This record gives sequence, structure tokens and C-alpha cells, in this order.
Amino acid sequence: MTNVIVKSAPAVVQRRPARSRRIPTRVGWLFIAPNLLGFLAFTLIPLVAGLAIAFTDWNVVSGLGAVHFVGLDNFAELLGDPLFWTSALRTAGYAGISVPGTMLLGLLLGLALNSDVPGRAALRAIFFIPHIVSSIAIGMVWLLLLGPENGPINRILQGLGVSSPPGWLVSEVWGLPSLVLIVTWSGVGYCAVIYVAALQSMPPSLHEAALLDGAGPFARFRTVTWRSLMPTTTFLGVTMLISHSQGFGLIAFLTQGGPGDSTTVLSYYMYEQGFQFYRFGYAAAIGIMSFLGVLVLSVVMWRFQRGRGLYT
Amino acid sequence: MSGSIEAVSTRSRATSARLSRLPRLIRKYALAAVLWIFALGFIAPLVWMVSSSLKRNIDVFTVPMRWIPSPIQWANYAEVWLGDHSMLRYFGNSMLVTSVSVAGDLITSSMAGYAFALLSFRGRNKIFFIYLSTAIVPSQLLLVPRFMFFQQVGLYNTLWALILPGLFTLYGTFLLRQFFIATPTELAEAARLDGATEWQVFWRIYLPLARPMLAALGIIRFVGSWNDYETPLVMLSDDSRYTIPLGLTQFVDGDGGLSAGLAMAASVSSVLPILIVFLIFQRQFVAALAFTGLK
Repeated sequence: MTNVIVKSAPAVVQRRPARSRRIPTRVGWLFIAPNLLGFLAFTLIPLVAGLAIAFTDWNVVSGLGAVHFVGLDNFAELLGDPLFWTSALRTAGYAGISVPGTMLLGLLLGLALNSDVPGRAALRAIFFIPHIVSSIAIGMVWLLLLGPENGPINRILQGLGVSSPPGWLVSEVWGLPSLVLIVTWSGVGYCAVIYVAALQSMPPSLHEAALLDGAGPFARFRTVTWRSLMPTTTFLGVTMLISHSQGFGLIAFLTQGGPGDSTTVLSYYMYEQGFQFYRFGYAAAIGIMSFLGVLVLSVVMWRFQRGRGLYT
Repeated sequence: MSGSIEAVSTRSRATSARLSRLPRLIRKYALAAVLWIFALGFIAPLVWMVSSSLKRNIDVFTVPMRWIPSPIQWANYAEVWLGDHSMLRYFGNSMLVTSVSVAGDLITSSMAGYAFALLSFRGRNKIFFIYLSTAIVPSQLLLVPRFMFFQQVGLYNTLWALILPGLFTLYGTFLLRQFFIATPTELAEAARLDGATEWQVFWRIYLPLARPMLAALGIIRFVGSWNDYETPLVMLSDDSRYTIPLGLTQFVDGDGGLSAGLAMAASVSSVLPILIVFLIFQRQFVAALAFTGLK
């Protein structure tokens, strides 16, 4: 009698659809273990260490025995460091122009590539290719093209009657705009591809409804297209803000923050303080400040889009 | 804008249908013409890179610009591949780093993504939240402690310093979690009732379903790892261990001057593998980017 009850009980449990009951806790942990290990070793612990280092005057030369906690000294120094403020301002200018610029051009290009033009696939590939080329190879080409003396671009400008064309990357005035142009050129195709995907996943019924209501092309764009692209725009805005405000490769290769400090953005300033002057504590403090800046901007952007999208 | 909408608008204004067809065609080809002209200007810098890679240094800057080099200087490629700064070695290093770290990432990310999406265990949501909250930490902030770590354990200036952090990515974990969440669960339920272990369900049922996503992640990570400049710049000091992007900088001399033909040949060589992979797997690549952008 008792035997029967014991045997039948597990069968009832097994038929229950709640998956959570059946899967032992340990299996899930085993599945994430390799990933979690890497996450701890190369992201979480370095992050905590990075935060801690910002409160020390540690440099790699004096070894682990010479760690001094200096409290908020690094941050206090940062606040009084004019180069920190100008680099922060430059980062804001660099990302503040290149991100919206790339997105706007990408949106226009995406709209054009979404209509059925002949050779659409080839066009899409052409615009996308600069995005997959490494920043160093891109930097090499533009270094030659923008050469102040014999670079093809200045030769063409001279041919067009410009008597003293800009020095581009070696000019204090034109250095940062040149970098913005290059980074925009290489990112436009990426934005266009993301926008095309969003446009294609848009339910056509929305447009048809607007059309039946008698909305013209601009009204349709404003009320339907733009608002359904809102989540995509926010996604691109946040991810590109993060990547552009950390932009490093092109600047490190093309200008090393110069001439003077005219192209020193925060990411390069941090690299310089850490890996050239070995002031790791100070570098970590710069990293934390730039992280906080991006964090605040990202949250503002998410808040702004909330409730403005057409769906989701 | 899309075909179906045009069809609707044509039907709804039947009287003007025949009249409006012609201007619409003209508009279509005008748009195509503008786009193609713009595209040619857009890609010109890279065409110029290829063209210059086959020129003698003195021919690179001749005015007016010559798009077809003459004489064709194949020697640039020979020099770049077999000379002092041999691209062959940089290529080998890049291949090793990229293939090992991408393969590792595919394994760890798919396992973790599966667990975060479909298995339930204590602390799952908390751990995933911690994962996500590190997403916008600047890479440079992590680079300082990683550099110290690799120096302390004696892996500074080895390829391990590039490979190890690449074996796990938040990006891959997130991408595969999103994919597995969107996958139907019926097959797995059936397999579990038949007595399959969790590992078998994952390995035999879910992983094959995820093949397109794995391909896409693999390509995206391949491009990212192949093009990474910052990590090798910080972690490597020895020319013989350089990967491609760092190796490329060897073709620029101290004063920023460079041997133009060689520099361009090296650049073209560095881009070729990426370009080939992209042209073959274009659709998966774009699908993956779209997936990340839409979810």
C-alpha cells in the first residue's frame, strides 16, 4: 500500500509543466560557470580594482608594496586640472557632433536604401565596408589623403582655387574636425543598415492607415516613420555615444592628442596619464569621471524616448 | 515608401494611377543615380588605397590622380609580406588570437545565454543584472587593472593577455540570451520527458537551432578582435608578438612620414580577410546587427 503511494508521487510531479521545479539549481550554475569565471576575472574584479586604484597614488614602477590610499586627492586634482576640463569639453564636442551627424546621415541613407533602387544590395555593402575596416587601416588612408603638402585632397582644393588649404590633422584648428569627419564617414553605413532593418520590421498597416487619413509624405514621416524608429534611434544614440566617447584608436594613431593638446579627448588623456606617465590612480579617476558623464547622458536619453515611441 | 504602400496608394487613387507611374519611375532612377554617385565618392578613399598599394612611392601623389597604376608595383606586397616587418608574422598572431578567443566566446556565451534564458537557478536574475550594469563601463577603465594583473602573473607581452579577456563577452552572452528567450520550448519539453539531460537538451536541440546566431556572433567578434588596436597597444611590447593593427603602425616612421606604397599594401592586406568574410556572410552579419538593434 505505502509502496504504491511512494511510486505514484514522483509521476505527478513530473507531469507538472512548471520547468523551474524540475531543473536542479546546480545545472544552471554549471552552464554559466565558464562565462561567470571570465566575467569575474576580466570585468567585475578589474572594475572594482579600477575604482579602488582611483583612490591611490599607485604607479606600476614602485610595485605593489608602494600603494598609498590618498582619498579623494586624485579627484580634487582633476577638478583643478585645466587639461581635464578641456579634454572633457572636447570629448563632448567630438561625440556631440559625430554621433548626431552619423545618425542623421545614416537615417537619410537608410530611408533611401529602403526604397527599391536598382543595385540596393551592392549600395548597402559599399556604404557598410568602411565600418568593418580597422581604425588603423582607415587612419593610414586618411593620413595620406589629408597630407598638408602633397595630399590628394589639398591638391584638389588647390586646383579648385583654394590658395592655402587647411593642414587638416597637423592643424590645431582642423585636427578635431578632421577626426569627426573620418569617424562619421566610417560609421554612416552601420547606422543606415540598422535603420533599414528597423524600417523593414515596421508594420505596413501603420503607413496604410496614415495614407487613408490623407497624410502627405512629410506628415507620414513625422507621425509614423519617425515615431516607430524611436527605439532604434535611442539604441543607436546610446551605443554610439558610448563608443564615440571612448573613441581611441583613430586619435591615438593619427594625432596622439596633438598638435599641442588640440585633439586630446578624455580617452586619450586617460591613456596618456596611465600608460605613458604611469599615473594609474589619476588615470582611473579620469575613467570614472568619463564613465559618470556617459552614464548620466545615457539615462537622460532613455528617459527622453520613453513614451514617445509608437509601439514597444 | 515600400512596394506595398505604393501599391495601396496607386489603388486608392485609381484615376491618377496611369499618370503617376511615369514620374515615379523617373524619381526612382533619379534617386538611384544620386545614390550611386554618392556611393562612388564615399568608397573612393578605399579604392585609392588599393590603387596606391600597387604604385611606386613617387607615383602615389602625382597630379592629376591616376587610378590605374603604371607600372604596377607588385613588389610592394612582396616587401610587406616578407620584409623586415613581415605581415606574415602579424597575420599568424592575429589568426591565433582571433580564432581561439572567438571560439571560446561562442562556447561560453552560448552556454551562459542558454542558462540565463531557459534554466532557472537561484541568483540568476541578480547575476544577469550585475552583468548588464557593467555594459557601459569604459574599456579604458578596465584596461588599467587588466594591465596590472597580466604584469603580476607574468603574462604581459604574451598573446594570452589578448586571448583570455576575449574568451567571454557580455555582448555574446546578451545576444544569445535574447535569441534563446525567443526560441520555442516545446522540443525541449518533449526531450526532457524522454529523459534527456540538460546538457543533451542544450547540445542536441538548442545549439543547432542557434546556428545562424552563432555564425553572426562569430563574424561580429572576428571583425572586432581582428581590428582591436587598444588592447595590443597596452599589452604587447615586442614586435614579434604584434597583431595586425599594431603591426600596421610599423609602416609609419617616427616623424609620422611613411612609405606610402608600402603602407597602402599593408593596409589592403589587413583588410582582405575581413572583406572576404563580410562578403560571404553579409546576410548573417546584417541580420545579427539588426537583431541587436531591434531587441
